[in-house]
Amino acid sequence: MDYFFIGTSLLKIIGMIFIVILPMVSYAVYAERRISALIQDRLGPNRVGPAGLFQPIADAAKFLLKEDFTPATVNTFYYWLAPCLAMIPAIMTIAVVPFGSTLFGVPMVIADINVGILYVFAIASLGVYGIVLGGWASNSKYPFLGGVRSSSQMISYELSLALAVIPVFLLVGNLRLTSVVQYQIEHGWLIAPFIGDWSNLGKWLLAIPMIVSFAVFMVAVFAETNRLPFDLPEAEQELAGGYHTEYSSMKFALFFLGEYAAMISGSAIVVTLFLGGWHFPGIPDGSRGWIFGLINIAVFFAKVAALIFFMMWVRWTLPRFRWDQLMRLGWLFFFEIALVNIFIVAIILMYFHF
Amino acid sequence: MAITVPRPNLNWRERMFLPAIVAGLLITLKHFKNMIFRRTKVTMQYPEEKWDSNLPEHYRGAPALVRDTDGRVRCVACQLCEFICPPRAIKIIPGEISKNDRFAKVEKYPEEFDIDMVRCIFCGMCEEVCPEQAIYLRKDYAITGFTREDMMHRKDKLLEIGGVMHGVVLKWNEKK
Repeated sequence: MDYFFIGTSLLKIIGMIFIVILPMVSYAVYAERRISALIQDRLGPNRVGPAGLFQPIADAAKFLLKEDFTPATVNTFYYWLAPCLAMIPAIMTIAVVPFGSTLFGVPMVIADINVGILYVFAIASLGVYGIVLGGWASNSKYPFLGGVRSSSQMISYELSLALAVIPVFLLVGNLRLTSVVQYQIEHGWLIAPFIGDWSNLGKWLLAIPMIVSFAVFMVAVFAETNRLPFDLPEAEQELAGGYHTEYSSMKFALFFLGEYAAMISGSAIVVTLFLGGWHFPGIPDGSRGWIFGLINIAVFFAKVAALIFFMMWVRWTLPRFRWDQLMRLGWLFFFEIALVNIFIVAIILMYFHF
Repeated sequence: MAITVPRPNLNWRERMFLPAIVAGLLITLKHFKNMIFRRTKVTMQYPEEKWDSNLPEHYRGAPALVRDTDGRVRCVACQLCEFICPPRAIKIIPGEISKNDRFAKVEKYPEEFDIDMVRCIFCGMCEEVCPEQAIYLRKDYAITGFTREDMMHRKDKLLEIGGVMHGVVLKWNEKK
């Protein structure tokens, strides 16, 4: 039995990383380039392979063949450690996310631990070390500024990130992410709890703070993953690339791909917490046959892809915030909104029982 | 004099910025949609689509030597183009036409005629200065090569690009 558990876990980890996450990361880069091009009335990369689909492979080959240059003045140990620290936490957060129901009786989650969301916050906030160390170890002004900005930004938005999910756990009463999904299957998705239970006034009332909570969480995820409009650590125009200015070759690629991996894991968390996880109304779970298990997995990744599209769409619409605006927004608005939101949900829960 | 630009007073709806953000998102979505349905005109995809049929009459491409209707090389090796050429791309070695040739009256012909296309700036001065209307700028613009030698247009290459030209200047003709 133990061997079965270890075997399936290994299979899930390897399959998840090498079949799903890494190809998704490289194709997210391709999608980013194509979508940005289409939004700006251009065509984007369309030369390598049919419709440019082999572009990520060409990019990877280019990154591997470039000179891996280490400047003489850097702190070598931390300089080499930083790119790993940027990539690893982003991939590690996927471990607790249920990405499907069951397949041949095996639950489609790598580690179903009962502190799921705490684990996510603990690991995701390690991502800042990659950027701060990269900025500091480079021993150069622009990367240093990028690292400093990143640390302040991450710390401010971590707060509203954590506060925004508290309403979810007030409702669910459990930190385990699989039970969050189970709750949403039974009571409707948390972004719109009234669906399927239209006459329930309490659920209509509940929808308002849940949408606010979703919005705050989404904005905080934008800030955590350093996406525009909060990409101050990179800020190509003012910081010449920010924390990865001094990096080249595969080390730069790790920073670059780490950002996209963080995007994917962030979207996966949002999907799990607010958008029903792998659930889609009318589709049964994997206990009815392996084909439904596969469909559940496909539904989950379709939702993640839709959220990634949304993140790219926002990136190519909004301009970057100034640093003081960013801090004001984080500390004076989102923090308060999230805090008040918790009380509103608590009051609703006092008068209505779900 | 300093001009003070008054800052607009925003009402609470404008200060929330949400309507502006949604409007912005809709604008970018409109561009995205128009591109997906191919309603937007995009840049010409160069190697597949070319401009060649739309080139204007006066387009200045690669310079080339022409033959006249009798199949004779029009150039008389006067070397005016060699002198006028601003980047000195043209090199001519003249030869003498023998007395009993049909075109003996012309006296000279280019033994070698080289245009270095690495140097040529497509200015068209050679065409302008030529008294024999022997050198013309054609519409070839994609001149490429792997070596400097590839970029050197010799006499046969120039005549190949040039082809036959009908014209009025026929210096060898006894009647003119």
